[in-house]
Amino acid sequence: MNFSFTDEQLMLKDSVEGFLTENADSGIVRQAMASESGVDENLWQKICAEMYWQAILVPEECGGLGLGLVEAVIVLEQMGRFLTPVPLAAGIQSALALRTLADQLQAHTLLAGLAEGRLLGLAHTAARPSWGASGVGVIANSTVNGWSLSGEARFIATGDLATELLVVAKIGSDLGLFRLAADQTGVALSKMPTMDQTRPMGVLQLHDVTVDPESCLSLDWAEQLEAVLDYSRIALGAEQVGCAQASLDQSVAYVSERVQFGRTIASYQAIKHKAADMMLKVESARSLLYYAACVGDEALTDAASSEDLQEAAAMLASSAGDAAFFCAGTGIQLHGGVGITEEYDIQLYFKRARSMEAYLGRPDEQREVLAAMLLDQGGSHAA
Amino acid sequence: MQLKFTEADEQFRGEVSDWLIDNLAGDFSSIRHRGGPGDEHVFVQERKAWEGRLAEGGWTCIGWPEAWGGKSATIEQQVIFNEEYARAGGPGRVGHIGETLTGPTLLAFGSEAQKQRYLPGIRAGKELWCQGYSEPGAGSDLSAVRTRAVLDESGQSWRITGQKVWTSLAHESDFVFVLARTDLAEKGHKGLGFFLVPMNQPGVTIRPITQLTGTAEFNEVFFDDALCSSNDIVGEPGQGWKIAMGLLGFERGVSTLGQQMLFQTELDEVVRIARHNGTGQNPAIRQRIAEAHIGLRTLRYNSLRMLSGGDDGSLSREAMIYKLCWSSWHRNLGKLAMDVLGPDAEIMDDGPYSLTRLQSLFLFTRADTIYGGTNQIQRNIIAERALGMPREPRGES
Repeated sequence: MNFSFTDEQLMLKDSVEGFLTENADSGIVRQAMASESGVDENLWQKICAEMYWQAILVPEECGGLGLGLVEAVIVLEQMGRFLTPVPLAAGIQSALALRTLADQLQAHTLLAGLAEGRLLGLAHTAARPSWGASGVGVIANSTVNGWSLSGEARFIATGDLATELLVVAKIGSDLGLFRLAADQTGVALSKMPTMDQTRPMGVLQLHDVTVDPESCLSLDWAEQLEAVLDYSRIALGAEQVGCAQASLDQSVAYVSERVQFGRTIASYQAIKHKAADMMLKVESARSLLYYAACVGDEALTDAASSEDLQEAAAMLASSAGDAAFFCAGTGIQLHGGVGITEEYDIQLYFKRARSMEAYLGRPDEQREVLAAMLLDQGGSHAA
Repeated sequence: MQLKFTEADEQFRGEVSDWLIDNLAGDFSSIRHRGGPGDEHVFVQERKAWEGRLAEGGWTCIGWPEAWGGKSATIEQQVIFNEEYARAGGPGRVGHIGETLTGPTLLAFGSEAQKQRYLPGIRAGKELWCQGYSEPGAGSDLSAVRTRAVLDESGQSWRITGQKVWTSLAHESDFVFVLARTDLAEKGHKGLGFFLVPMNQPGVTIRPITQLTGTAEFNEVFFDDALCSSNDIVGEPGQGWKIAMGLLGFERGVSTLGQQMLFQTELDEVVRIARHNGTGQNPAIRQRIAEAHIGLRTLRYNSLRMLSGGDDGSLSREAMIYKLCWSSWHRNLGKLAMDVLGPDAEIMDDGPYSLTRLQSLFLFTRADTIYGGTNQIQRNIIAERALGMPREPRGES
């Protein structure tokens, strides 16, 4: 048992921190927010060329680094901390989706593309009425030439920049996975304007899109979708921990400067105890993050069950979602008046925390998943 | 990052568990699961006998060096021992103050004579210790201790006078370690000494404190010219604070996973009740049960991070949040238990004031967030030591 990073993992963490400190300050974030795509495309090119983080979860035989979720969360935690405006999380999500199709030549090709920095968006849901299978809004009908796809998917993590898409579509009561090019006839991918501008989201409209049989990657992908969503919750949890940490750090820095009644407000217990509660939530979420990443890596090699993966992801999503929102919200309060200005970054973290909290299921929905495991007939953890 | 223990560690786990199954049987069956926090006053004689049995088996003080009868067990092995001990229903250890606090303190700061005199008795499970830190006027502000120690004219003995409080198992203990002022002209953490004092002497009087549970596991201890040999001050006069703080640092958290096993049995009981009485279908209760489940697992991974930390002896961030985390979690569990039981939570097993396990949990967990550093003090520690925020200006003591 050893719940600490290896030397290689510590080096990775240092290199991410160093690179982002130098290349992705708040000015870069704000510039990207104001841009059309919401992404800093130069920074993304630089990361793909020099740092190779886009290839972390791509197997070595596809030209990737062949690393695991532990490494992915190390990078993503820092991305959440710096609000780095690049679509790394989207690439990681797509890599995880493709890894469910282990033996396919097409998956191999697409993974190799991801390692080269191509943007492949997973279009899995309309999120109406909820995330997961029930939210899938694209329907696939079989035709003489293959398939015809129609419907809508929202919250695509590549924004409108994807050149290719992995589309989840209903086939009767099951789910299929299809590969489409973004410039195909009947395909419209655009950016959804969102309250949080640090994390652009795409919306996909499909009108009778013709798909050849070879581009259907799976006809029964429902179980895999659940696993990919759980992996994605782990990746998201890393960004949430980073967001919570940055909210804490920036708040402590601010209250250590701000003087009232003749001393820094950081010396008042009313302020210190809020900061201590923030740290408690950050560190607790971080512990669950590392645990969940380990379980995720085991699940990728079938050494952990899908129930264990689901439980770990739900615990993390609940804890990290709450931690990020609590820390950013409390952060605004500790900043006082300037906390609600556009000038200070704490408001960016607050908006980001809120968008991440809702993405893939709110913390209370994740707790309900756990409650069902513990309390309902047939629940996997029922005592 | 490795979630699993090594094969050698798992083999060690098997040894521990086999021994406990073989030995925690017969006469000792009655003390399984008894004597933990909130229940420390029960089966004391039987638990003393159990210490002897543990010692014979070589299972006391396993983290101590082999030269002093320990096993030089690794952190992992100590964690495993505590886990298996809790899993087997091992009773609350009456020897734990000696094993985890006095022993390591003497190993680090004690004289050769002190080690020779005291370590074997602790290792054998024959001499029990209690602690003399808090006083009525020195709780959160421990450095305000007023108990004083004066070297008598012969230079042979210290005379100790004052009052200590919240001392558990005082009436069962053979010795107490006492933080007392050696230089009456000094204040705060200066001018203190750390003394090893026999309990069985005319100058020591014990008075139990009855708690809200109706039971009494804490005591007040009065010292009235109590004698302590001049050989039994640890370190020099004036070094008491350093030693007292060092002692608190020896708790590396190896017992935390064992503690969590007890918490898990409590949570399991609450979940079982919720499943059977229908409250498990109430959405608000479902949220709270899920939160409790997440919270307990969080404690586990916080502990694992804490235990995997470096050996530089500094308190890691995880270690600093641990007390606040577990005490708040446990207190919330007590309230959740009452809410799941609903109206029946009020009804007692039998009179005159015999609490059920969950009633006792509910009431006694109010102490968890107070003893060993209140939640407010914990937040100060986190803010000041982990986050580097300034100390609040202090008043005159």
